[in-house]
Amino acid sequence: MAIFVDKDTRLAVQGITGSAGAFHSRQMLEYGTQVVAGVVPGKGGQTFEGVPIFDTMAEAVEQAGANASVVFVPPPFAADAIMESAAAGVSLVVGITEGIPVLDMMKARIFLQDYPDVRLVGPNCPGVITPGQCKIGIMPGHIHRPGHVGVVSRSGTLTYEAVGQLTALGIGQSTCVGIGGDPINGTNFIDVLSAFQADPETEAVIMIGEIGGSAEEDAAAWVKANFTKPIVGFIAGKTAPPGKRMGHAGAIISGGKGTASEKEKAMSEAGIVMSPNPSEMASTLKKLL
Amino acid sequence: MNIHEYQAKALLRDYGIPVPRGHVAFSAEEARSAADNLGGSLWVVKAQIHAGGRGKGGGVKLAKSKAEVEALAKTMLGMQLVTKQTGPEGKKVQRIYIEEGADIARELYLGMVVDRQTSAVTVMLSTEGGTEIEEVAAENPDAIVKIHVHPGVGVQPFQVRDAAKRLGLEGKLVRSLTSFITKLYTAFVDLDCSLAEVNPLVVTGAQEVIALDAKLNFDSNALYRHPKVADLRDLTEENPSEVAASAHGLSYIKLDGDIGCLVNGAGLAMATMDILKYFGGEPANFLDVGGSATTERVTEAFRILLGDHVKAIFVNIFGGIMKCDTLANGLVEAARTLSLDVPLIVRMEGTNVALGKQILAESGLEITSADSMADGAEKAVAAVRAGR
Repeated sequence: MAIFVDKDTRLAVQGITGSAGAFHSRQMLEYGTQVVAGVVPGKGGQTFEGVPIFDTMAEAVEQAGANASVVFVPPPFAADAIMESAAAGVSLVVGITEGIPVLDMMKARIFLQDYPDVRLVGPNCPGVITPGQCKIGIMPGHIHRPGHVGVVSRSGTLTYEAVGQLTALGIGQSTCVGIGGDPINGTNFIDVLSAFQADPETEAVIMIGEIGGSAEEDAAAWVKANFTKPIVGFIAGKTAPPGKRMGHAGAIISGGKGTASEKEKAMSEAGIVMSPNPSEMASTLKKLL
Repeated sequence: MNIHEYQAKALLRDYGIPVPRGHVAFSAEEARSAADNLGGSLWVVKAQIHAGGRGKGGGVKLAKSKAEVEALAKTMLGMQLVTKQTGPEGKKVQRIYIEEGADIARELYLGMVVDRQTSAVTVMLSTEGGTEIEEVAAENPDAIVKIHVHPGVGVQPFQVRDAAKRLGLEGKLVRSLTSFITKLYTAFVDLDCSLAEVNPLVVTGAQEVIALDAKLNFDSNALYRHPKVADLRDLTEENPSEVAASAHGLSYIKLDGDIGCLVNGAGLAMATMDILKYFGGEPANFLDVGGSATTERVTEAFRILLGDHVKAIFVNIFGGIMKCDTLANGLVEAARTLSLDVPLIVRMEGTNVALGKQILAESGLEITSADSMADGAEKAVAAVRAGR
């Protein structure tokens, strides 16, 4: 069953002819994802690897039956693309684009309030994958195995690290969700964790956070009250200096807030078992199974 | 991106926000003529560096004569100004701002930030002006009132009236504050700021407010639509290695340790620093080569690491989109062109890993390979210890 995406997901790719969009669309097709449409304004009527291209998302929904979209559009136009997807009526929008202006996302968030049934994942995230069924995003498909551990993370390659460790120990994954490294995003830890809680296929979870903001603390409070499955946590950036942005726009310790130690403390108190270092995420989880 | 106080004030002035008159000066002579130009009998000489706490560090001084303005300018220009935010080495003062003296009845604090919890802008107003807001928050949290701005409509006058009431501010001052905050919010949104701070926000004897200091930070992702703001960037205020790295699309931050790190992805790069520390090592940097690193980019990353005089380099790559063979070719190329003379520890995983390992093995380079992040970190720490 898994969460958010499965074999019935019908994907439209916004920006399918750009270099990143084209490369990853091929990878997604190869993985077996049902890519049913591309959307590029001005290129309607063309095709990409046999996939029809439309000028608008509305057409992709009406004519190709898309029910999800992934955004590879360049930063200046990405918030517009996200809103277009929501308005067109898909139920899932995955924003891959890195570097969208924060105030653009602020506007997109207000816009999305009118579409409560639309889930935005990201932006600036690796995407969502249900191994063996559907891959939406830029993660390397081959490291995943179908199984029963859910992974949720603010970081891309660190998610691959966790998945790689799990697969090496023979532990498969139900769904892996990258929620992204931007200060303003769509789906948060709590949204994903509550979906994992409700999903009978998911038996345990790895949750990977990083410095900055208070999303991990909020999630920890929610976990304490609501989550009943085994969960392992890791926070990246224990050694990060305050006031410096560590790559992701959202990964910054400011005003003494958002430190790794505060987050680890909140998570431990919520019953989340913290991995002592990033190399032991899967082995820590294995002990709990 | 940060800018100087005098630049921030010039931007605010364009939005009709009251700021004292002033001129930037790069020499004592310019400071003197700035004072001439401003007139009056009291001036403030302010060091322009990208760091707070300048007053306590001796970077803000009052002058009661033009001769004193000139003398202060002479002392300040070229000095290493050490404040709470500069670190012990301080920052060299290369420009100063000469401003007219202000009529100060009381000092308030005004801040605006993008609040990730509400996905909107939050305004913070406090009666404890002049001190750092973190200190106020810790010691006297009731002295700070927050306004949550609805992004659809902006700051509403009732919100300012309400905040003022809570802080015990009243009368004509409330109207001045409403006008000031509304205009600042307009500037914030227009210019894609990530932070705006006016500390202190001075209340004059006439119950008007005026920005005695001003700090603006900008969303670097939005600078493409603000070329005038982008031009205000002062590269001399930034770390030269970090500037060189950003020019090559690398995300790099200098740290104090001796093990250079080369990683793909920001989260993995932070985790790599963490695991080095876990095994008793000290990372020299944060370096994310990004998902689409080319041979040139990897070479440039090595050049920056070697320029920082590291004692070992730990390469930690989880190839997804980035293929391990591309990285391996980059490593070999970099090692050849740059005469690598420190231990190199490589951990590669993911796409085309077998091919990557083969390229490294056939290169004849002296490379320690690692099976996992932990293995690589332990080997890097051991290599530095052995070299001591």
